[in-house]
Amino acid sequence: MSRLQRLLIGLFCAAVALWLVAPTLVIVPISFAEKKSLAFPPDGFSLQWYANLVQSPDWSGSVLNSLKIAAIVAVVSTVIGTLAAIGIERMKARGGGIIRAILITPMIVPGVVMAIGIYAVYLDHQLVGTLLGYVLAHSMLAIPFVVIAVGASLSVFDARLETAAASLGASRPATFFTITLPLIAPGVLSGLLFAFVTSFDEVIVALFINSPTLKTLPVQIFASMTRDSDPTVAAVGTLIFALTSLAIAAGLWFGTRRRRS
Amino acid sequence: MADKERGAAVDIRAVTKTYGSFTALERVSLRIEAGQFMTFLGPSGSGKTTTLNVIAGFTGLTEGEILIGGRSVGNLPAHKRNVGVVFQHYALFPHMTVEANVAYPLKLRRVPPAERRRRVARTLDMVRLTDFVHRYPAELSGGQQQRVALARAMVFDPPLLLMDEPLGALDKKLREWLQLEIKRIHRELGTTFVYVTHDQEEALALSDRIAVFNRGRIEQVGSGRDLYENPKTLFVGRFIGESTVLAGPHEVRGGETVLRIGDERVSHPCQPSGAGRQTLLVRPEKITLRRRGAGPAPGGNRLSGRVSEAIYLGSGVKYEVTLADGTRGVARMALTDAPFALGDPVEIGWMKQDARLLPDDGSSQASQSGEEP
Amino acid sequence: MRDLPSIRRNPVLLTLPAVLLLLVALGYPLAQVVARSFTDPEAGLGNYVWFFSRPVNLTVFRRTFEVSGWVTLICLVLAYPYAWLMTAVGPRVRLLMVLCVLVPFWVSGVVRTLAWVILLQDSGVINRMVMALGFEKLRLIRTQTGVIIGMTQVLLPFMIMPLYAVMRGIDLRLLQAARSLGARPFLAFLQIYLPLSLPGVLAGAVIVFILGLGFYITPALLGGPRATMLSTLAQQQVLQQLNWGKGGAMGVILLVSTLVLLAVAARLTRRRYRIAGGSK
Repeated sequence: MSRLQRLLIGLFCAAVALWLVAPTLVIVPISFAEKKSLAFPPDGFSLQWYANLVQSPDWSGSVLNSLKIAAIVAVVSTVIGTLAAIGIERMKARGGGIIRAILITPMIVPGVVMAIGIYAVYLDHQLVGTLLGYVLAHSMLAIPFVVIAVGASLSVFDARLETAAASLGASRPATFFTITLPLIAPGVLSGLLFAFVTSFDEVIVALFINSPTLKTLPVQIFASMTRDSDPTVAAVGTLIFALTSLAIAAGLWFGTRRRRS
Repeated sequence: MADKERGAAVDIRAVTKTYGSFTALERVSLRIEAGQFMTFLGPSGSGKTTTLNVIAGFTGLTEGEILIGGRSVGNLPAHKRNVGVVFQHYALFPHMTVEANVAYPLKLRRVPPAERRRRVARTLDMVRLTDFVHRYPAELSGGQQQRVALARAMVFDPPLLLMDEPLGALDKKLREWLQLEIKRIHRELGTTFVYVTHDQEEALALSDRIAVFNRGRIEQVGSGRDLYENPKTLFVGRFIGESTVLAGPHEVRGGETVLRIGDERVSHPCQPSGAGRQTLLVRPEKITLRRRGAGPAPGGNRLSGRVSEAIYLGSGVKYEVTLADGTRGVARMALTDAPFALGDPVEIGWMKQDARLLPDDGSSQASQSGEEP
Repeated sequence: MRDLPSIRRNPVLLTLPAVLLLLVALGYPLAQVVARSFTDPEAGLGNYVWFFSRPVNLTVFRRTFEVSGWVTLICLVLAYPYAWLMTAVGPRVRLLMVLCVLVPFWVSGVVRTLAWVILLQDSGVINRMVMALGFEKLRLIRTQTGVIIGMTQVLLPFMIMPLYAVMRGIDLRLLQAARSLGARPFLAFLQIYLPLSLPGVLAGAVIVFILGLGFYITPALLGGPRATMLSTLAQQQVLQQLNWGKGGAMGVILLVSTLVLLAVAARLTRRRYRIAGGSK
């Protein structure tokens, strides 16, 4: 591989990387625009759109709704998904494989098909626009992520440790909480995180089952984008981006600290 | 400190364990006295680990009964049996320090913290690992990890300690040192120890009594000396120590059994116990090598052959002799005896009463072809 | 002896809550979609006949596959060198490259599409640069091209990750061996590296294509009425016209297409490993 070839590939990949990242960065300056337009680059500097986020009941309400739903979904799907992943690990190879395939299906089914079906069912059972409705649908969507993440941790977990714990006097629940869970915690936590993000970002099903009283953030963003050019959208996007970046940076920093000690 | 009442006796009564059509254990019965060091010895698949698992409660038994300390454990789950287990691959909890690992069973039994610390310190002292309390398993060597595993299994004073080939993953010198440590700890504790191994040297070094397993059954139980000097089956005779096994058609003449080996004859001053093919088993130290043509010693047997290997052992010389009919014989001679060279025509000889007459169980053919069992 | 089935004997019981949730929240709704496609407004294949007989629908159907195909192809071209470079650089640079790949995930999908709307609009950045270079203004927003550009950026990570995973496992000494046997570097790449990376290519392509088929947000926002895709059409039928039958039929068609693709991919993977002698 000659130096020129390497340089070209390097440039190419840099361009790809830029292309991956740049659009996201575009929204940051727009969130500080002075006028109510999405023109880029924006003129002026104003924090009014951030203020609008907090003050407008539409926006603040949808953010709170999304947070609330995502939190509940994260807990519910992590508990159910972790149990399922453990069950799959303990089952015989074929049975476990079948159950695993079943639990992964939400990832394969096109979103709009699920949304139509869920909408139909929810209409029949008065679940449209209800907290339970959102939690059910989003938990279903999140389960594959939990099963895969916890499954990965379980595959490197030495089951003989559970036998050892039993020989030392630990009942099955005690073994689970003192030995298994601490050792699969990375998988459980990343499953929890994925579940939260999946619910928080979920847009297709939400578009179908939302109601004026219970609207999630993605729906609000979508509506705003189709209706007018409101930079508040950019403000929301920037905030999410900033918070997630902070969380990941914190995670990485803690990770390297742990390894050093 | 040695309290002989601290151990529990174990009664294994006609235990059978089947997996579908495969029988892992067939009517295994054994009595282990309180405070004894019993070894389960046998090749892989012989059922010794299965028996251990059944005692520990990791596997259920299909038929039979197990009593620990006089009480039937029946289908009691493993975590209620109060039996210490040391595993071959240590099974130390990687997310806990040495101290936390050893304290774990005490915590489960709700021992108060001060008492916990005291007992953990005392047990770690017994395995000579006091300085390692705050280390994590990943930071320890194999031998250290195994000692932590031992401490963890001992700290809650179980009346029975089971060890499943605990030294299998370690190198020879370390293994020998740990064997001595385990013996010492057994003497200090007085608990009943059951040790599983496939290494007959290890079994001989460690135990009070050895149970030899083969294909799901116990072939013989006894002290190392019993098994070596008076094996009851050919399998036991060949599994323990080295031996020369002679097989051939026999006839009974005047209270003696005469075996025809090739063109020669040897006799044994006993009658066979069964009807089938018989074999004679002779230990290497009972066999002497002489130049061919010297003639048999009075009261002895002799067979002719050629020296096929001469191995210097430091403490003596081991000769392998190929006999006329292809059987491999093994003799051990002192350094002061006249040496033999490869290919020398020799005679092996032994006193008649030094051999053992054992029914052939089919494994005698292996020694004809020179294969190891 | 307890009569209740124990979890120890039947670990499948642990999976029950999850499976039940899926049955209720996915199985039942999907059954409804399928059922209604065959029964609304009247029993039979009416909706499917309607779909396949109207040219507008067929255009949308074709366009959906076309767009997904283009997206998959472009993603492959962009991702292959990127994934390869990821295997060749040191850990710090690799981390940076990984972060760049994952950054799009941190922002919600809708916001990402918003960014593209801003960039692609007539007075947006891209057009400004194009005009500065002296070319004519490009019509990007509300076109198929705009949709492809937007979807490619969103789906690119899904192509990079499987490719990287497979490439990581390729033993570079095989290339050295080939060169020592006399193969020119480019030939070695074509004959050794490329075939070994194909499982990753297949996995990535399948994932991207399937996701692309079902994509809703990006086509809806970037495409507009002239570049409608199947998912948008289905949504319109149900939400705007309450036409469960027609919308359901389109959903079923989408679902069946996805399943067929998965089956083909599965068959291809199996055959490949049989030919290769299955070393991994």
